[in-house]
Amino acid sequence: MRLILEKRSEHSEFMTLMSPLLAIFLTVITGAIIFALQGLNPLEALYVYFVEPVTSMWSIEEVLVKAAPLILIGVGLSICYMANVWNIGAEGQLTMGATFGSIVPIFFTSWQSPLTLVAMLICGAIGGAAFAAIPAFLKNRFNANEILTSLMLVYIAQLILDWLVRGPWRDPKGYNFPQSIPFEDWQLLPTLGDGRVHIGIILAIVAVIILSILMSRTLKGFEIMVVGNSPRAGRFSGFSRKKTVWFCLLLSGGLAGLAGIGEVAGPSGQLQPSISPGYGFTAIIVAFLGRLNPIGVFFAGIMLAITYIGGEGAQVVLGVSDKTAQVFQGILLFFILACDTLILYRIKLLGSVTPQQAAAE
Amino acid sequence: MDGTQAIILTIITASTPLLLAAIGELVVERSGVLNLGVEGMMVMGAVCGFATAYTTGSPTLGIFAGIMAGVGMAFIFAFMTQTLVSNQVATGLALTLLGLGLSGLIGESFVGLPGVKLTPISIPLLGDIPFIGRILFGQDILVYASLALVVATTYVLFRTRIGLIIRAVGDNHHSAHSLGYNVIMVRYACILFGGACAGLSGAYLSLAYTPQWIENMTAGRGWIALALVVFATWLPKRLAIGAYLFGTVWIMGLYVQAQGLGIPSQFLSSLPYLVTIIALVIISGNKTLTRVNTPACIGQSFVPDR
Repeated sequence: MRLILEKRSEHSEFMTLMSPLLAIFLTVITGAIIFALQGLNPLEALYVYFVEPVTSMWSIEEVLVKAAPLILIGVGLSICYMANVWNIGAEGQLTMGATFGSIVPIFFTSWQSPLTLVAMLICGAIGGAAFAAIPAFLKNRFNANEILTSLMLVYIAQLILDWLVRGPWRDPKGYNFPQSIPFEDWQLLPTLGDGRVHIGIILAIVAVIILSILMSRTLKGFEIMVVGNSPRAGRFSGFSRKKTVWFCLLLSGGLAGLAGIGEVAGPSGQLQPSISPGYGFTAIIVAFLGRLNPIGVFFAGIMLAITYIGGEGAQVVLGVSDKTAQVFQGILLFFILACDTLILYRIKLLGSVTPQQAAAE
Repeated sequence: MDGTQAIILTIITASTPLLLAAIGELVVERSGVLNLGVEGMMVMGAVCGFATAYTTGSPTLGIFAGIMAGVGMAFIFAFMTQTLVSNQVATGLALTLLGLGLSGLIGESFVGLPGVKLTPISIPLLGDIPFIGRILFGQDILVYASLALVVATTYVLFRTRIGLIIRAVGDNHHSAHSLGYNVIMVRYACILFGGACAGLSGAYLSLAYTPQWIENMTAGRGWIALALVVFATWLPKRLAIGAYLFGTVWIMGLYVQAQGLGIPSQFLSSLPYLVTIIALVIISGNKTLTRVNTPACIGQSFVPDR
């Protein structure tokens, strides 16, 4: 018995749509098995994880709050990965975005104007983009692998933030807690209605629409796809690989920075040593689950946000560790990648093949 | 035991996990595969090694469990990238994300428990030589194993037929396939070897370096190991030098911190990551150094056409 891959004559449109759904289905089945092994009722556990988060208004709001940064970052990463630029340091760019954006409320405490928030968001995006510019520069100038440099910068960004909130930026009235001064009302993102959903989700939707148009309707989008899929063809058509690297990293860094300032000016309301439960890394899964397509990323972001909220719910209701959600996310990415094989190949399970049979093929 | 000796001893223990993980990845990359899941395999090795040693009281079993955890994770990667020809970069990332999550889950009940320390061997007489006795002859077995592994890897890769096949597969998988070598199987074997090394490296962390389980205790060492392979331009000897250089940076940061010179601790903690970036830049900018040894087929999937 062995697995044989047979190349399809053209890639399967059906499987392109089906593979993410199939991956989710397989993850749910695996989840059921894991829960059953832990002695839980699998159906009840799956309900808590995947359905309960969308049954009450309160939890739907929480899902949207978590989906906003995931979509913002994921949509940027999807463009990067499309171009074969492997930015995996979005978590660091998010951290620097949060830090840069916080300069406004921390140093201009009394500047109260409708422009305050705009300035914060712009600073956040600039911070993220500037931090992503480092791997872009090192890649283009020294050919240094952007995977490793962008990831190393995550640790550096987190240490910079840690130093700031424990040192120079610590709130003098904060009883020595490592946190900045709390932001004032006008420095916080406005919420939609009375709930917790802030305009971050609107920003995410705008980003999805713009990038979706960029990828499907503009020359730049075409250039990104050519450079990513076929570097040789890209060179012949005069598209610059270096410019693509700059474009993708600055764009995804800026969006991650926006997500970062959205977190501090949204749910948390001040700078803290840890501002994100790994959104920058989960967004990698979001990008792949969305099949590197901005619209797909939107739904994938909602899906992954549900697992976060479901994970919190399961911790309370079932006493399951909150780490379980992270394991699900990892398994999901494996299934996505495995199912993507089906787009280009047919999988055949063969019995033992005799050399004659093999030759006859 | 005076100060200098203590520092040298800690540098050795800090360098060993880097060396172990990196030597495995070097072999993997020589066969033309880029496994970015080192961090995930390592952290799984750390948690399984700790859990087993704690439950059984035997560090030896812990080491074995660490290796097996690494091999298990590597098998998932090999199946995905070799049998299902998935994208190697994405699959490696998935392996790291899964490893970090799963290790957190497994290790939850082991946080804060006292660990079982792997005891250093002591050779009578030789180990009693002042100063260098402890350093040269009083290490734990894995330190010697890591150095032996460097020598063995150099020998196998460059002096044996097996090594030639591995390098052929990594440099041109089509030619190797035409010559009748089973590219997929060679890569499977190399990936599993890399997993064993990464698992061993993780077990070293949780059994010898800091004998306890802390979530995410690998702290980016798997990624630094990946960078080390590039830094060493895929040569085992340079890898050993590189690993010890990085271990020195890591420990010097902690040492200066302990001296309390008023430098923010966060700055010193970021040194290993900063140095990694600088090292990558220096080596990658040098085209002659990298071109000669970079496996030509690295990261490319191979599907035998029939």
